[in-house]
Amino acid sequence: MKKTYKVEVDCANCAAKMEEAVKATQGVKDATLSFMTLKLKVEFEDGADVDAVMQQALKNCKKVEDDCEIFL
Amino acid sequence: MTTKQKKVLYRIIIAAVLVVLVSVSCSVWKFSAWMEALLYLVPYFVIGYDILKKAGKGILNRQIFDENFLMAVATVGAMLLGDFKEGVAVMLFYQIGELFQSCAVGKSRKNIAALMDIRPDYANILVDGQLQQVDPDDVEIGTEIVINPGEKVPIDGVITEGSTTLNTSALTGESVPREAQCGDEVISGCINMTGAIHLKTTKEFGDSTVSKILDLVENSSMKKSRSENFITKFARYYTPAVCYSALALALLPPAVRLLLGMTPEFQTWVIRALTFLVISCPCALVISIPLSFFGGIGCASTNGILVKGSNYLEALADAKYIVFDKTGTLTKGVFEVSGIYPEKGFDEKSLLYYAAYAESASSHPISQSLKNAYGEKLDLERVNQIEEIAGHGVKAVVDGNAVYAGNSKLMKQNSLSISQEHDEGTVVYVAVEHEYAGCITISDVVKPTSQKAITELKKNGIRQTVMLTGDTKKTAEKVAAEVGVDVVRSDLLPADKVFEVEQLLEQKGKKENLAFVGDGINDAPVLSRADIGIAMGALGSDAAIEAADVVLMDDDPAKIALAMKISRRTLHIVRENIVFALTVKLLCLALGALGIANMWAAIFADVGVMVIAVLNATRALRIRL
Repeated sequence: MKKTYKVEVDCANCAAKMEEAVKATQGVKDATLSFMTLKLKVEFEDGADVDAVMQQALKNCKKVEDDCEIFL
Repeated sequence: MTTKQKKVLYRIIIAAVLVVLVSVSCSVWKFSAWMEALLYLVPYFVIGYDILKKAGKGILNRQIFDENFLMAVATVGAMLLGDFKEGVAVMLFYQIGELFQSCAVGKSRKNIAALMDIRPDYANILVDGQLQQVDPDDVEIGTEIVINPGEKVPIDGVITEGSTTLNTSALTGESVPREAQCGDEVISGCINMTGAIHLKTTKEFGDSTVSKILDLVENSSMKKSRSENFITKFARYYTPAVCYSALALALLPPAVRLLLGMTPEFQTWVIRALTFLVISCPCALVISIPLSFFGGIGCASTNGILVKGSNYLEALADAKYIVFDKTGTLTKGVFEVSGIYPEKGFDEKSLLYYAAYAESASSHPISQSLKNAYGEKLDLERVNQIEEIAGHGVKAVVDGNAVYAGNSKLMKQNSLSISQEHDEGTVVYVAVEHEYAGCITISDVVKPTSQKAITELKKNGIRQTVMLTGDTKKTAEKVAAEVGVDVVRSDLLPADKVFEVEQLLEQKGKKENLAFVGDGINDAPVLSRADIGIAMGALGSDAAIEAADVVLMDDDPAKIALAMKISRRTLHIVRENIVFALTVKLLCLALGALGIANMWAAIFADVGVMVIAVLNATRALRIRL
């Protein structure tokens, strides 16, 4: 399953870090973050609990870049 | 400016005023060093508290070496060494730079969004005779919606009431408005210009043209180009290399000096190492390259060219071979009467008249084109006893005259002699009252821009243009000669097309790309096999558009040369940015290590370069051709 989220982040490098963090989250198959459109596209693994996964993904993002937001 | 940016702006102003006040009062009253430090800490915290906080969090989260950490270390280091004013100023300028950069990025983001401002916000539906605005997402297939003049068509559909002119420029780049009447299909994203129309929707909003286009363009920046991958790879080695160099810079020279019995000058070398770190931030490169591509893709879409990814825009610049499908690509793909050859006793008009009436009951493309060529509305009272003779043609009575219209077999069957055989396209022979009346040839017509397209491509460095078609040799060669392609292959089955393209792919050089331009379902395999697949968007099948990498919204082959130009200009800007950012950075790094570039130069190398690169990147949006 795929979902798109709006994100807020200030610098391009931070966006790249966030992308890595989301990718590393359990239950996420793949993720791409476009800094230009501020959109995060997440592909979930089958049977993943989307809300829980995204909460965790946001936590992971906050770890690498404190000043960021994913609008769940 | 967003509220976040405004807040930073106020902090910058307050901190700047405070710094001036503190430095003036320090020079007037001659405070003790402790007092001076305390006073400078006030503006320092005003401007830098968030950076310090982020740096602290970064350390807790083991994210050392991010920008915040570097700035915190650099400024705290400067303060500890007694340079209070410099410490505050560096933080101040860093914030100014960041603000400027954030505004520049925000602005270009807005520019791009404005370019693609085709997303409709609402749809009008009729509820109990009253117009109601609803979210287009909630409109089901088959709903009647109303579009008033000045509004955007929100969902694809067919006009059921009214007629108007539509502005399709946002979709196709075509500035001439299109007429639309009852029964016409309308695609979403057009702007209704003159009259109110009622539309019966044929698709859901999510499947409508406008949603598809937006989706496509927004996702295009997620397919990374070679240059972007290069930078990602580069950054992988660059960042650690710079960090270790900085560490070495702080420790090695003092150690050597100690061994040689000189004073170690720890302070100097630590400052140089800090400067070095501030310069090193790779943000300018990381942002400006995707931004340039995004701008280039945005520019292409305003011209009616949809590019599905940065990598394809990049590949277009190196296209050397272009292979065309014939029908629907170089030709219109619709049959039109191309020649009327009446016998004695008939003229063009009467021949067409009989043929159109005889074929009036059929919906076959051939009869459609006869009717179109005739032009006037048919009075069906005048024709009766229409009889289709399968594989031959039709027989009918028009104005009391027996008319035969069909192929040569039909003529032979009725022992009518044909004076002259034609073999271009499809030929309709007509006989009236058992007398051969002449023939009408119907063939596919070359698009008016096809020839120009080929000439333009040649000018743009295309080595070879090839036309592949399933049509007969004779027709193929005629079209080829007309438009001027170099090589023609005719009588091909879809599988043969793949084979031909594969042969060309083997032939071409490593750095040369092959583009295939097509429109039909049968082109889908070739489109995905070629380096770049280009599909015709208006006429093309969904399968072809799906398989293609570039879609021409108005089916105009001349747009290919335009796309190549945009591609080259974009790549030029990308290269400019790479070279510029790297040169300035490396130069500043070297100067920083030698102690010539101070913290001020470092700030420029970080934020200044970034802002310049971003501004340069946004030029891609405004490529004029």
